[in-house]
Amino acid sequence: MPVSAASSQLVYEGLKDCGIRLLSVLPETWLVHLVSLAEADPDMTLVRLAKEEEGVGVSVGAHLAGVRSAMLMQNHGLLASVNGIVSLAQLYRVPLLMLVSYRGGFGEEHPWQTEGGGATEDLLRALRIPYLLLARADEVAARLRQALTLAEASLRPVALLLCRDLMWEE
Amino acid sequence: MLRLEAMREIYPLLAERVVVTNMGAAPAELFSLGHRPGFFYVEHSMGLASSVALGIALARPELEVVTLDGDGSVLMNLGTFTTLARHRPPNLLHVVFDNEVLLSVGRSFSTATATGSDLAAIAAAAGVPRTGTYRTTANLAAACREALAARELAVLVAKVEPVGPASYLIDLHLLENRFQFERHLRSLPRAEAGGALAAGHAENQEPTGGRP
Repeated sequence: MPVSAASSQLVYEGLKDCGIRLLSVLPETWLVHLVSLAEADPDMTLVRLAKEEEGVGVSVGAHLAGVRSAMLMQNHGLLASVNGIVSLAQLYRVPLLMLVSYRGGFGEEHPWQTEGGGATEDLLRALRIPYLLLARADEVAARLRQALTLAEASLRPVALLLCRDLMWEE
Repeated sequence: MLRLEAMREIYPLLAERVVVTNMGAAPAELFSLGHRPGFFYVEHSMGLASSVALGIALARPELEVVTLDGDGSVLMNLGTFTTLARHRPPNLLHVVFDNEVLLSVGRSFSTATATGSDLAAIAAAAGVPRTGTYRTTANLAAACREALAARELAVLVAKVEPVGPASYLIDLHLLENRFQFERHLRSLPRAEAGGALAAGHAENQEPTGGRP
């Protein structure tokens, strides 16, 4: 499978270095290695969701309980989580670190991913969610730290978009 | 039974625990019985009260978490029963007050529980180990006490009248509630560190229903 194992490892190590102890996940192809890494880690609580919006609730609960968490999902999961993000994380001023695989951009071969790809960044801007594109392996650790720092300082959601150049080896 | 009377009956159980409610009548009525710093009212994001409670229960296995929910909210996030069941936190009790309507918009819009959908049966079929439906405050309170004593994930459905408080506003801003609640949870003693946080990690099935 051409999902990058090396980049997945880097992202996972970055999350661990940030002190993330709970990951709520609905997997997609690009995220399979990350899910396996969390599964194999006895110090990580992996929360498997039925729908991504639940993850907003889980992360809000974990934060209020004093545990750092992150959400791992596809951009279509971000689309499916909008009311939770707005009416829970933003309304209640809770930091929310969202790692979102950015499907449907340049190089996307699956027709069903393309509409969501076109809406992703406009949606993040409309929700006033600060985001960065994560496309290079050498940026992963620093960007994760910066995203978490901003989320915790602003008490708001922050997103990192995991791009094809990082996650897919062609 | 009236939701307010049911809450009054189980209030002694709630007062000493962490409580997460859904929106609308439940916060107003629980607040009217006496607010505690361990009560968190999830206003507006319907369906997510049990997800917030799950996050707390997994993050802090030493705490006992009770979530007070409603039929309309649960129906917006039915998948929550499957997520609760697969992680099966022993420190989570999910009480659903089922009045068969979306009360906060008037009584005209009935929910699917009015036409036969059985939330306790759905929870049981989702894999929740302890479920039941109760029609008296005494039976509900007994079932709550038994579930807490057994330390087993439970979804208990209380059939209640479609009546609510005169106002849904409470004299506690939601941000005041949020920061007070967080400070309270952080002040409570933590379990010994080490290892995954709770039962969540033991659940190790193959992922299902992802987005390819």
